[in-house]
Amino acid sequence: MLVNKIDEKLLDQVLPEDLEKADAYNIRKNGHTIKRKGNPYIDIVPKENNSGLDIYVKENTLFGIIHIPVIITESGLTDIVYNDFHIGKNANVIILSGCGIHNDAHQDSTHDGIHRFYLEEGSKVKYIEKHYGEGTGKGEKRLNPITEIEMKKDSSMTIDTVQLEGVDEAIRKTTAVLEEGSTLVVTEKILTTGHQKATTDFVVTLNGDNASTHVTSRSVATDESYQEFSSNIVGNTKCYAHVECDGIIKDKGAVKAIPEIFANHVDANLVHEAAIGKIAGEQLVKLMSLGLTEKEAEAAIIDGFLK
Amino acid sequence: MLELKDICFERDHKKILDHINLIFDSKKFYVITGPNGSGKSTLVKIIMGIEKPDSGQIILDGEDITGLSIDERAKLGFGFAFQQPVCFKGITVYDLLNMATGKKLKREEACEFLSQVGLCTHDYVNREINRSLSGGERKRIEIASVIARNPHIAIFDEPEAGIDLWSFQNLTEVFKQIEKRSRGITIVISHQERIIRIADEIILMDSGKIQKQGPRKELIGTILSNSKCPRGVNACEQNR
Repeated sequence: MLVNKIDEKLLDQVLPEDLEKADAYNIRKNGHTIKRKGNPYIDIVPKENNSGLDIYVKENTLFGIIHIPVIITESGLTDIVYNDFHIGKNANVIILSGCGIHNDAHQDSTHDGIHRFYLEEGSKVKYIEKHYGEGTGKGEKRLNPITEIEMKKDSSMTIDTVQLEGVDEAIRKTTAVLEEGSTLVVTEKILTTGHQKATTDFVVTLNGDNASTHVTSRSVATDESYQEFSSNIVGNTKCYAHVECDGIIKDKGAVKAIPEIFANHVDANLVHEAAIGKIAGEQLVKLMSLGLTEKEAEAAIIDGFLK
Repeated sequence: MLELKDICFERDHKKILDHINLIFDSKKFYVITGPNGSGKSTLVKIIMGIEKPDSGQIILDGEDITGLSIDERAKLGFGFAFQQPVCFKGITVYDLLNMATGKKLKREEACEFLSQVGLCTHDYVNREINRSLSGGERKRIEIASVIARNPHIAIFDEPEAGIDLWSFQNLTEVFKQIEKRSRGITIVISHQERIIRIADEIILMDSGKIQKQGPRKELIGTILSNSKCPRGVNACEQNR
């Protein structure tokens, strides 16, 4: 059960929304479900051996809100979870997921969340994912989310991922296959500090006419942290893709961007933009001329960038 | 009173400012004009603290402020509208106005600043300050951010550039508001005859030096027919 303040704080970090407002939810703590709710339109079915969930959204379900938070407070735990989202025809849902790790001890804690999305024709999903780590121990907090998406005709999905604090190592892999007229919009924001490492890898395959994708990555790497962004977009048909990777580096932070676009059809229109560098001096000067100190100006620029 | 004493600034063996001495009195509107590369922008950047002079002093009401940083000068009441407004990523017009005023503005308050530069709050307040805004829009937002600070010493580096459609009436109104404040020094770099014509004092710069300085009435004739500018300020004006 939700017994202590640590649980509450972790939940609050990854899921600031009120749980009771959700139409369906499942809270997983240290590898076990501690609370679950469904409704006639959204069914959450546990898989065997606690290995995850099947979430079924009935066709034509409108404005369903689903919360799937995971918290880990046990040091030395590796939690692997498979959650499969089956989104029915023309259904429209918002899914909030995320993982909070609290590790005060010296063993590493890891959460590998494998989320698979099956979007039927005309369905719409907004997927918000938040990652957060805290704790005073030397044990590392690792998160390795894998997202696999299959999108049928005219479906659309928006993914917002945010990782702003405390995660020592994250490897994030997202793959998507898009059919005719479907749209995938991905925005990820990552801030790394200390010696943290974050890697993201997108592979999007556009197979149907007029499929489109927009991938925006904003990263801030400070101290001695390291981030790597790689994207591979394949256009097999008349389609459109836009990938934008912006990075701010500070101190000894480093960001590597590996763009790959493969236009495999004469009407495939694929664009990749990447810009990495320190905060522009002129931006600092402008905000200082409004009375902000250099430190305040820097914080305001980074806040805006990751907003 | 703002005083520049013997300001020198040199880069790449070129004297950009060569022993500049100037006094700016309260309640006055100054226009600095002169050909490109004459040192106008560098001079105002030195006043704001964006550039540091190699030698010389800046004195505000008897106090030496030469060593103060940009933000310290901003807190003393200096405001600066950049010639080329800066682009950001993720910072909105509303964010910028909040930073300028140091508080969370109500929508009506933001509206007041934006309407002074001829922009509708509804259309702009949530826009990000990036290249999706036109040069003219960014320029007006830049001026709005300076107005929002209630500056006592307001510096505008070529405010007219790129705002053709915005009436000069609005711009001159902005200058009048600033003049009402206690120190009320307005310094504008401009080549525009219409702005030069509302100046109290004109400062003409050339090759890093003050060529002429004095009340508008005395100087305006020579300024507008100045042959130093290959085409003359008049010619520029006619071609607009």
